[in-house]
Amino acid sequence: MTRPEAIVIGGSAGALEALTAILPALPATYPAPIALVLHVLSGKPSLLADLLAQRCALKVCEAMDKQPLEKGTLYVAPPDYHLLIERDRCCALSVDTPVHFSRPSIDVLFESAAEAYRAGLVGVLLTGGNEDGARGLERIGARGGATVVQDPSTAMVPYMPESALKRFTPTTVLAPADIGIYLAQLGGRP
Amino acid sequence: MSEPTPEDVELNVLLDAIYQRYHYDFRKYSEASLRRRVATALLHFRVASISRLQEKVLHEPRAFTELLGFLTVQVSDMFRDPTYFKSLREQVLPYLRTYPTFKVWVAGCSTGEEAWSMAILLAEEGLLDRSLIYATDINPEALRTAEEGVYALERFALFSANYQASGGKRSLSSWYHASSRAGLLDRSLKKHILFSDHSLATDSVFAEVELASCRNVLIYFDKDLQNRAVGLLRDSLRRKGFLGLGSKESLRFTAHSATFADFVPQDRIYQRL
Repeated sequence: MTRPEAIVIGGSAGALEALTAILPALPATYPAPIALVLHVLSGKPSLLADLLAQRCALKVCEAMDKQPLEKGTLYVAPPDYHLLIERDRCCALSVDTPVHFSRPSIDVLFESAAEAYRAGLVGVLLTGGNEDGARGLERIGARGGATVVQDPSTAMVPYMPESALKRFTPTTVLAPADIGIYLAQLGGRP
Repeated sequence: MSEPTPEDVELNVLLDAIYQRYHYDFRKYSEASLRRRVATALLHFRVASISRLQEKVLHEPRAFTELLGFLTVQVSDMFRDPTYFKSLREQVLPYLRTYPTFKVWVAGCSTGEEAWSMAILLAEEGLLDRSLIYATDINPEALRTAEEGVYALERFALFSANYQASGGKRSLSSWYHASSRAGLLDRSLKKHILFSDHSLATDSVFAEVELASCRNVLIYFDKDLQNRAVGLLRDSLRRKGFLGLGSKESLRFTAHSATFADFVPQDRIYQRL
């Protein structure tokens, strides 16, 4: 694919460690926005954004409703809200019913972003003990985007990546450090 | 922007049909959530396309009532975002206390959790007897649930934790009667809550209020409709009245930010200038 217009990442148990291996590969000038859904216990909103900000060069913020997506920035879904991407490439939040017992849900982010960015999107599904994200990643592939699944053998909990692999064949299956390299290389393309 | 897909066209036609037939206006709702909700409704109605759904709801009012449940499914909890209620208690109510009587508007009350929370808050501060709470929504089914004030018992563990964190003065259990499966909120609260049908999208100002609480409603609107709704809230507020939004909402991206001042910024409480 050519240089991506946006990246979406989802994960659950163990995903924070995986992100710590992925995100440092991306420079502050990364040419696309990145949106992230991580299943965490609701309660402490800004901690995740702060934590990730310390571990990468990207600008990190908790997504606000109607906030336009900008390159070089990582948008983290706030706890207890779904994060969606509108076609005008702004963030949208919702308090609709949890999906796969999760709010935010990875499927909700992935499916909305797939409609907004189509072939310009890269979806990354990480470790986790829930099937959230598998369907959304499949949708990204169906709309022409690239799909990346964390190699289950490197996952703290392989259920989430395995659920995706059962549904379809992704563009690539990689260990976290290699996902970082892969995304960085895509970003360097013309 | 790319060419509209057949589904985009179908969705627009559905929303137009709903507006013309039933006068509910979802045409300026934010699209991503709306598309998701309609996709869920397709599964429920077991129809293959939005066109089929449109045909059904156009000819069957009961199907429309059912669809309305899918189009307005936001879920709240009592004392959701406890610090919001704590700030109302500690910073807003001291102002409202100076009025002989005052009115509170819970706009987009859905199934009523916030309206009942507001009533408890006012009762504990000794203000319920001189206040009236308007709780409005567009979904008659949700309003009926709201008016009943009955919620599944397992939800009360979270409600109680929120209540305590919000600075509640008693135990939440003193405000509801528990049966084996459900909690029924205290009837004495209900005399001060008026549940009624009102749309931020199509209706106008119906009362002057001192506090308007409209949380996690604006996130479902596009920018134009947000501007309309915030304008309506502003016009309903008396000068120096208060507006509370959801914890991830902001007036910053609306046309009306200059007519409000931050009052408790971290809890999204604004004061009308």
